[in-house]
This record gives sequence, C-alpha cells and structure tokens, in this order.
Amino acid sequence: MSDLTGLTIAEARDGLRKKAFSARELTDAHIKAIEKARALNAFVTETPELARAGAAESDKRLAAGSARALEGIPLGIKDLFCTKGVLTTAGSHILDGFKPPYESTVTRNLWDAGATMLGKLNMDEFAMGSSNETSYYKPVINPWRRKGSNTPLVPGGSSGGSAASVAARLVLGATGTDTGGSIRQPAAVTGIAGIKPTYGRCSRWGIVAFASSLDQAGPMARTVRDCAIMLKTMASHDPMDSTSVDMPVPDYETAMTGNVKGLRVGIPKEYRIDGMPAEIEALWQKGIEWLKAAGAEIVDVSLPHTKYALPAYYIVAPAEASSNLARYDGVRFGLRVPGKDITSMYENTRAAGFGREVQRRILIGTYVLSAGYYDAYYIKAQKLRTLIARDFDEAYKKCDLLLTPTAPGPAFGIGEKTDDPISMYLNDVFTVTVNLAGLPGISVPAGLNSEGLPLGLQLIGKAFDEATLFRAGEVIEKAAGMTPRPQAWWEV
Amino acid sequence: MSVDKNTVRRVAKLARIAFPEERLEPMAGELNRLLAWVEQLNEVDTSTVEPMTSVVKMSLKMRDDVVSDGGQAEAVTKNAPLGEDHYFAVPKVVE
Repeated sequence: MSDLTGLTIAEARDGLRKKAFSARELTDAHIKAIEKARALNAFVTETPELARAGAAESDKRLAAGSARALEGIPLGIKDLFCTKGVLTTAGSHILDGFKPPYESTVTRNLWDAGATMLGKLNMDEFAMGSSNETSYYKPVINPWRRKGSNTPLVPGGSSGGSAASVAARLVLGATGTDTGGSIRQPAAVTGIAGIKPTYGRCSRWGIVAFASSLDQAGPMARTVRDCAIMLKTMASHDPMDSTSVDMPVPDYETAMTGNVKGLRVGIPKEYRIDGMPAEIEALWQKGIEWLKAAGAEIVDVSLPHTKYALPAYYIVAPAEASSNLARYDGVRFGLRVPGKDITSMYENTRAAGFGREVQRRILIGTYVLSAGYYDAYYIKAQKLRTLIARDFDEAYKKCDLLLTPTAPGPAFGIGEKTDDPISMYLNDVFTVTVNLAGLPGISVPAGLNSEGLPLGLQLIGKAFDEATLFRAGEVIEKAAGMTPRPQAWWEV
Repeated sequence: MSVDKNTVRRVAKLARIAFPEERLEPMAGELNRLLAWVEQLNEVDTSTVEPMTSVVKMSLKMRDDVVSDGGQAEAVTKNAPLGEDHYFAVPKVVE
C-alpha cells in the first residue's frame, strides 16, 4: 500500500484484480507523486480529474469482475498524441491552445482497455531533439544525477517527459514515439525499458506527424514485461492509417518464456565506433556474456552501411518534416501572428511559432526537396536507405536478432550539446538505422556507469518479431539485475 | 553545393518562415555544415540501387469508395484562431 507508485504494471494489474488496493488509491498515489515532482517539468498538462474519473469506472468494472486488459492502470501520454478535448502541443508554441476534436488510435486503444490518463508529457518540439531542450515548455530534468553532483542532466529525447515520469515513479508507463531513437535513447539514459515496434505495428493516426516514413509509437515502462503488456494493447490495424499492418498482434507476455537457448544473436562490428566510451564497450561485452550464459549463440555480423545512416536520416527526416509541418499556417489551429497580407501572416506565425531547431530542419528539408536538389539529396538518401535495409536482411541470414548499445553515452548536462547540432545528432547513432529499415528495437536497462547513471542495451529484431525482443530483453534485464531507482531529490 | 545568404532567404521564403536579415548569414553557416556532413553519402555508388519507397513489405489496402465521415464543420473549425459561421477567416487575399 505504501508504495503503489513503485509497482510495475504487471504487479498493479494483479493487485487490482486481487482487490489489494483500488484503482482510485493507485491513481491518487500517482497524482500525489506528480504534484511533488513539478521540478522535473515532465508534464505539459496534468489531467488528475480525467484519471480519477477513469479510476471510478475501473473500480466498478473490477468489482463486477469485468476488468479489461489495462483496467485502472494510470499512464502518461507524450504530448504528440492527440487527445480529445485535452491540450495537445507537440512541445511547440505553434500549437497554442490546440484541443483536438478527436482521439489518436493508440490512446483510444489504451482507454478502451481500461487505462487512464494522468496527463500529457513534455517533449522536444515536434519530437526533434535528443535532450528535451528544444521544448517550448522548457527542458525536462532527468530524475538521475551523477553521484555527489547536483548538475541537472537531460532525460534524453524526444520522449523525455515520458522517460522522466516513468523513471521517477510518476506514472506506471507512458507512450512515446520514435523517429530516430526518441523512445530508446531516453529510455536508456533514465534506466527504463522502451520499444520502437516495427513500422506499421501501431497506427500513426492522431499522432502529430514528424517524418511519416520513420515515425512509430511505442511503450515506455520500467520493465520489459510492462512494455510487452502495453504494446499488446497499443498495436492494431487501423483503417485510418493505410501503413498500419493488418496482421495479428501476438500475446507478447506469454512469448516471454525466459528461454533463449539456441537463439542466434548478431554483433554488428560497425557499431564499435571511434571514440566510444570504455564503459559502453564494457556494458556491450557484458550483454554478450549474459546472453551466452543463457544459452544463446553469438554471431559476428556486418552492417557495412551503418555510418551512412545518420546523414541519410538528416535528409529524409527534415524533408518529410518540411512537408508535414506546412500545415501550421495560423489558419486552422494554434498560434496566429498577424501580418500585412496573408503571406506575411503565414511567415510571421511560423517564425514566432517554431523554435530554432524546427526552423533549421524545415529549411534543410525545403532545400533538399527544392528544384535541382531532389535527386542529389532526397533520392540519394532513399537509396542509402535501401542499402541499410539490405544490410539487415543479409545479417538476418546468420542471426535472429542483434545486440548493440542503445546510446553512445549516459545522460549529459543541460546545455552541454546545444551549440553543435551534429554532436547532438550523434546520440542517435545506434538507433537511427532501425528506423530507416523499419525494424523493431528495444532498449533494456542494463547497468549504471561509474557516476551512477543508467545505461541501456539495444536489441534489434526482424520485422514484426517484437516477441523475440521481449523474450531476449527480459533475459538481459534479469541478468543485469538492476532495479534502477533514482533518489527522489525532486520531492517537495 | 554551398549555401549563401540569398539561398537561405529564398528557402525561408519557400518555407514561409519570416527570417530577419541578421539571421541569414549564421543560418547559411549552419546549413553548410550540415550539408558538408551529408556529402559523405556520395562515397557510395548507388547507380544500380532503387530508392526505398515502402518501409515494410506490404500492399496498400483498398476500401469501399463510400462516404465514411462528414458533417463535422463545428469540430473542424473549432480550433481556428479566427473565424465565424464555420468559416476560417484570413487577411484579405483578393482586392
């Protein structure tokens, strides 16, 4: 009872069904934790009244014995998901006051399964960032600190509010989205688990679009099992998103047998990058040993085009973003800044409404799509994408999944990398290939570094084989044996 | 391919973002650094490679060609910064 916020989703689900506590008690414990943690700046909007209303309904259902899959589980929602009647900002000034008249398919699936919403979570503006520092609503602070230091660290990004709120025990789980690493990198640097499913597994309908051929929603939670539970509900075929696949969603939880005997785990040699910190290299080695000890077979593989993934991404993603973000014009929703005519109204609105990183990416995207440059940049990048996807196809002839680090380092200090966009982009060096190839990837909490900061390992799977990632991910999670929980320094 | 101030001005115009004169030069520098970095893609011979057009192997579904939604004028216009009677209002376009 005393530590309802410390439960996993699996434990909370079982406790609710056994009537060890009510959905109302579980919800109130989280609302209280959120109120005490405003220093983390994880929420853009808190919705305690919605959570309590949902809990009341859940308690009725639990009493009647008609509980749904996520009955009474309080969650946080990245502010990129449209939520009916609730402010949705995408972390941007340009969506000021926007209350969607509809619900995203992923959140609709969660509510239909009995989950409730504690609020909307802060994020990098339009999901463009790896540190949460591009949010119009100010950076989220990582609940973790270096040993003996008060320096505020970033929670990663772009799903930084999601990662911080899960790590700080403010929510049992959260939704994230991942275009180049935005679920996995923040999960790694806050000591939680997060999966980017295969492209098409979750509907993108009602999620504010960044780069449509790369964006994918996924769960972030404190354990691999909790991610499996959430994804089962989040994933669906949706007629509203023609790229969502019409194939059955397996019961991921029952697929988590704990048995990885004979599983072939590929180690891509190109991920051993120059200047990789020794602690990351050591953690990767540990992951290899853990899986080997559990009976998996380790195979060396090559993904020769890995080094071209980031530059290809920084053509494809801005190009798609510049098209997607054309809709923000001050006419139909959000901010409007007047001008002397309609064109200057557009220009003034977009100048005031978009932050610097978003403007930079729109300009890059507009440039690479402009007359004369389309073939040299965009088509070239899409060709590299073909080669990167082909690398994975070749590797999967020799193995069933891949093991890599999630991020090239632990959480860094706020302001440390904001001056140099390219050094910021390098945070995604191990994750971005997965988006370009449309594959699933999971980050699993795997240890703490010498300064006491969490690090993650990534497993990359074959298309639509999330089940194997959950199975192997749990083996790593258990072998790492860490119950990562930051000191609650933020509590007032 | 190097970007100068005038190119930034032209691209900003295409992107409909008002750009103050003093930010054109710094932005040209930023864009050039990024473009120089992505130049490395030219190391790879892609003359026989098809560009990716579909992320996962799937065929698009057809749906029945019928009206599935509509009559939502109130919901559609509700978030407009300016408008009335289910119309969006914008500065005068035609004299």
